[in-house]
Amino acid sequence: MLRRAALALALCAAGLPVAAEEGPRRVVSINLCTDQIAMQLAAPGQLHSVSWIARDPRSSAMAQEAQAYPANHGRAEEIWLMKPDLVLAGSFTSRAAVEMLKRLGTPVVEVAPAYSLDDIPDRIRSIGTALGREAQAEEMIATFEGRLATLRAQVDDRPSAAIYYANGYTTGDRTLAGEILITAGFDNIAGDTMGGHLPLETLAMADPDAIITGTPYPGASRSEEILEHPVVEAIRDRAASRAVSDSDWICGTPYVLKAIDDLAAFRKGLE
Amino acid sequence: MTRLFAVLATLVILLALAALMVGPADAGLAASLRALLGEGGPLVLVMQEIRLPRMMLGLMIGASLGLSGAALQGYLRNPLAEPGLIGISSSAALGAVIAIQTGLAAAFALALPLMALAFALLAVVILLALSGTRRGDTLTLILAGIAISATSGALTQLVLNLSPNPFATSEIVFWLMGSLADRSMTHVALAAPFMGLGFLLMAGLGRSLDALTLGEDAAESMGVNLTRLRLRVVIGTACVVGAGTAVAGAIGFIGLVVPHLLRPFTGHRPGPLLWASALGGAAMLLAADVAVRVTLPDRDLKLGVLTALVGAPFFLHLIWRNRRARA
Repeated sequence: MLRRAALALALCAAGLPVAAEEGPRRVVSINLCTDQIAMQLAAPGQLHSVSWIARDPRSSAMAQEAQAYPANHGRAEEIWLMKPDLVLAGSFTSRAAVEMLKRLGTPVVEVAPAYSLDDIPDRIRSIGTALGREAQAEEMIATFEGRLATLRAQVDDRPSAAIYYANGYTTGDRTLAGEILITAGFDNIAGDTMGGHLPLETLAMADPDAIITGTPYPGASRSEEILEHPVVEAIRDRAASRAVSDSDWICGTPYVLKAIDDLAAFRKGLE
Repeated sequence: MTRLFAVLATLVILLALAALMVGPADAGLAASLRALLGEGGPLVLVMQEIRLPRMMLGLMIGASLGLSGAALQGYLRNPLAEPGLIGISSSAALGAVIAIQTGLAAAFALALPLMALAFALLAVVILLALSGTRRGDTLTLILAGIAISATSGALTQLVLNLSPNPFATSEIVFWLMGSLADRSMTHVALAAPFMGLGFLLMAGLGRSLDALTLGEDAAESMGVNLTRLRLRVVIGTACVVGAGTAVAGAIGFIGLVVPHLLRPFTGHRPGPLLWASALGGAAMLLAADVAVRVTLPDRDLKLGVLTALVGAPFFLHLIWRNRRARA
C-alpha cells in the first residue's frame, strides 16, 4: 500500500500530468526549430499543432513525428482559430502574424535561432520553461552536453573544407554550421566569419581538401546549378565531397550531434 | 568607316582582356594569361572554367543584342525597336524557365535554347502581326511590346512560384535582369550554334536594309525580296536573343543604346550599322560585366540593372525627340 502510494508520488514527481496542468494546455508552434524541440519536450496532448515544414523530411529531422500533429502555415487567421493558449515562434518567422496574435491577446513566446552550439541548451531551456516542462528540458540538456563533450575529440590533422550551398553561399566559423564543421575536425576555408557569398573563383583558389554541399531539392533551379559547375566538379574529383542532409543542420536541436557524428566519420574516411 | 570598325574592334579586344583580368582571385596579367594556356595550379581552373566562358558569353550576347537591335530598327524603320523593350527577351526567358521547370532541359540539354528560341519567335511574330511594318507606327509597336513583356514576365513569375524548389522564386530577378555570373563552357556550347545561325541569317542584310530606307516599293524595284528579308530578320533575331537569354537571362537596352550611339558614324545607313552595332554591343556588355564585378565584387549585381541605368535615359530622350518631330 505504502509502496504503491510512493510509486504514484514518484510518477507525479516525474511529472507527466502535473507538469502539463501547470503549463499551457494547447500550444501551437509555427517555426521549424521550435517545432522540433517542442515535440521532444511537450507532455502528451499539450502540443496541438506544428508548422508544415516540420513534415518535410528535407528540412526537418522529425518529419515522421510531425505527422502526428495538425500542420499550420504560420498565418494569423488559422492560428487564431486553433485557440492556442501559447504560440511558439522563431524571432524571424511570420512577423505580421505574430504581431497580430499578440494584439489579439494570445501569449507568444519568441525563440531566437541558435547561432552556435552553446546557444542550444539555452533555446531548449526557454522552450521548456514556456511549456512548464523544466525538468524534461534539463534532462535533455544534460544528455546533449554529455554527448557533445565526447564528440569534441582532439584532432591533430585538420583537413580544410568548404561548405557550399546554392547560389554560392557558404557559412563561416561563427555560425551553427561552422561550429558543426569545426567540432567534426575540419578547418573551414571561410574562416572566422559569418560566411556569405563565396565566389567560385575564391573556392577554386582555396582548393579545399573536402567540399560539403547540401542535398539538391526537387524541381530544377539555376541557384543549385552552381553545385554542378565544372569548377566544383573539378574540386570534387580531386578532393573528397559529401552531400549532407540539411535537416540535421538547420536547427539548433540535439540532432546536430548526428550531423557532427556523420561529418567526423567522413573525416576519418579521408585519412 | 574603316576607322570606326578599327576603333570598335580595338575597344572590344581591350574590354575582353579587362573581362579576363577582373575577379576575386587576384592575379597579375602575365600569370593570368599563362594560366589561360594551362599552367599555374588552381588559377588554371579560374581562368579556363570561370573567366573565359564569362568573357565569351559577354562577347557573344552583347554582339547578338547589338546586331538584332540594329536589324530590327532597320527593318521596322523605328528607332525604338529593341529586343528587350518590345518583349522578345522576356518571352525567351519564359521559354527557358518552362524548359527548366518541366525537366525538359535536364532530359535534353538543347531543349533550353530551343524553347527560348521558340518563345522569342512567337513574340516576334505577334509583334509583327500587331504592328505591321508601316513606317513610324511607333506607338503600336511599343504598346504591343509592353503587353508581351508584362504577360511573359507574369508567367515567368507564376511558373517559378509554382516550383517545388525553394530557390526558384528568388531566380525571378535573374531571368528578368540577366547575369553572367557562374556560367561555364557548357553554356557557351549551348548558345553558340544558335547564335551562329542567327548571325549567318542577318549577316547579309545590309544592302536590303539600306534599300528599304527608300520605302518598300523602291526596295522591291531594286530587287529586294521583302518576304525573305522579313523571314531572315524574324528568325535571326529569335535565334540570337533566344540563345542569349536562355543562358544569361534578359538583358535590356543594349540593342537600343548602341545603334543609337553609332548611327551618326555610319552615315545613318542601316547596312553598315549592323556590324558596327554588333561590335558596339559586345563592347557595351563586356564593359557592363566588368563594371558589375568592380562595383560590387561580393554580390551578383544583375547586368540589367546597369544597362537599364544607362539605357532608360536614352529611351526617354528618344521619346522626347520623337514627340518634337511630330509636333
